[in-house]
Amino acid sequence: MIARALRQARALLSVRYAEMLEYRAELVLWMLAGSMPLILMGVWMKVAATRPLGLEPVDFARYFLVLFLVRQATVVWVIWEFQEQVVQGTLSQRLLQPIDPVWNEVAKHVAERFARLPFVVGLVVLFFALYPDALWVPRAGALASALALTVAAFALRFCIQYTLSMMAFWTERAASIQSVWFHIYVLLSGMLAPLTMYPEGVRAVAELTPFPYLVYVPVAAALDHPAFPVDVPRAFAVMGAWAFGFVVLNRVLWRRGLRQYSGMGA
Amino acid sequence: MSRRRPPLLRLVGLFWSTSVAAEMEYRTDFALAVLNSGFGLLTTLFGLSLVFGDGPSFAGWTWHQAMAVVGVFTILEGFTRAVLEPNLGQIVRHVQQGTLDFVLLKPVSAQLWLSTRGLSPWGFPDVALGVGLTVWAALRAGAGAADLALALVPLAAAVVTLYSLWFVLATTSIWFVKIYNVTQVLRTLVEAGRYPVSVYPFGHRMFFTFVVPVAFLTTVPAETLVGRGSWAWIAASVGLAAALALAARAFFRFALRFYTSASS
Repeated sequence: MIARALRQARALLSVRYAEMLEYRAELVLWMLAGSMPLILMGVWMKVAATRPLGLEPVDFARYFLVLFLVRQATVVWVIWEFQEQVVQGTLSQRLLQPIDPVWNEVAKHVAERFARLPFVVGLVVLFFALYPDALWVPRAGALASALALTVAAFALRFCIQYTLSMMAFWTERAASIQSVWFHIYVLLSGMLAPLTMYPEGVRAVAELTPFPYLVYVPVAAALDHPAFPVDVPRAFAVMGAWAFGFVVLNRVLWRRGLRQYSGMGA
Repeated sequence: MSRRRPPLLRLVGLFWSTSVAAEMEYRTDFALAVLNSGFGLLTTLFGLSLVFGDGPSFAGWTWHQAMAVVGVFTILEGFTRAVLEPNLGQIVRHVQQGTLDFVLLKPVSAQLWLSTRGLSPWGFPDVALGVGLTVWAALRAGAGAADLALALVPLAAAVVTLYSLWFVLATTSIWFVKIYNVTQVLRTLVEAGRYPVSVYPFGHRMFFTFVVPVAFLTTVPAETLVGRGSWAWIAASVGLAAALALAARAFFRFALRFYTSASS
């Protein structure tokens, strides 16, 4: 059974990877569309230079560069594809395949990560060439836990968005829900500024939600800076709990949704 | 009555009333659009408050002056959602599916058709919220009626500039076909206009003034609003808008020569 799953994974990934390579120009544009952290980097470097925050401009340069990388590694767009499949009825063909349709979407996302990687590396090299002061070598342990947390953040974000996608069975515009969700994500995930600079109350609220784990926690783990403390084992536990909750909800909605689904051929 | 109106305006009126009628099928979307605008504004203001910290001003801007920038940004965001996205965002689809043929065959300017065919009411909450915030913030910052009236000039220029940038980028799909997201890159860069351009360091400032003219989109109108604008900047923003509008038109005509339709 495991051998079969591995075979399926390999087939799906190689097909999707080839498909992604066809649209390299689009990948570069998607990468640039995620350059908001590099804009905010400028603002915060200036803030740090004009008033004492306990952090140097270079700390902000690193914070937002790592944030850019984490965002690049955790991009999820499944809701738009799923909505299209439900509205157009192409989900019907997927349902006939002897594998849950979600694995096709997972394969697309994972393959895209690898296709995007060379461009992201190129941009990082360019960044350090322009701004060599920001260059630093992270501790191996910090790097390992940041990578693992980033993978977990991607998985959690995928689970959440795929659960929101299920709304497509009941409304034709599930993606509008996603855009409201995205604003809250920007607000509470630490994208605007390091979470430690948020007012106490907002931060306390943010920590009750999954949002900081999607961005701030992996970034803080990579930076390994005393100003950004992070409890790695606890972060994994909390993310696991959120992911478990969303997977359960997702399966419930999926079963109900399929009964509701009336696309062509269903 | 409608016969006396110029035919082009009548045409655009018809385009827009049918688009709005079609969108009205999705009424729950409207609640989401309002929520979306509210959260978007909240996020921007919260980010701005973090940048300001406890200080009364930052980079030469007081809190209310900076809020006028946010207001102008929100108006432009609404314009993007209501007009640019539903029209210029579709050009790539017309090229990909070959339906641009039908547009070119119509007895009306193709640029006009491509730019005005759709109107999404989901941008209206942003425009309303943006106008409200801008006027309120400008009055709190001590603006008079004359400032408000004068600010309409750079604001109109900003609308034309933003439209022209979108149109040029959308037109490039005639060569590249599958670039759904090129306008997405522009949207991200325009996000820099949520804050006055002086909050950025030198390199960013140069980029957002001379490469992607975000400074002219939100900072110049807001400066005029709060009575700290200069005639030179207003003139520059009008000049830029005129130049970009002409360039966009010329570029579209040039691109059409390379359009190989679906049927030939």
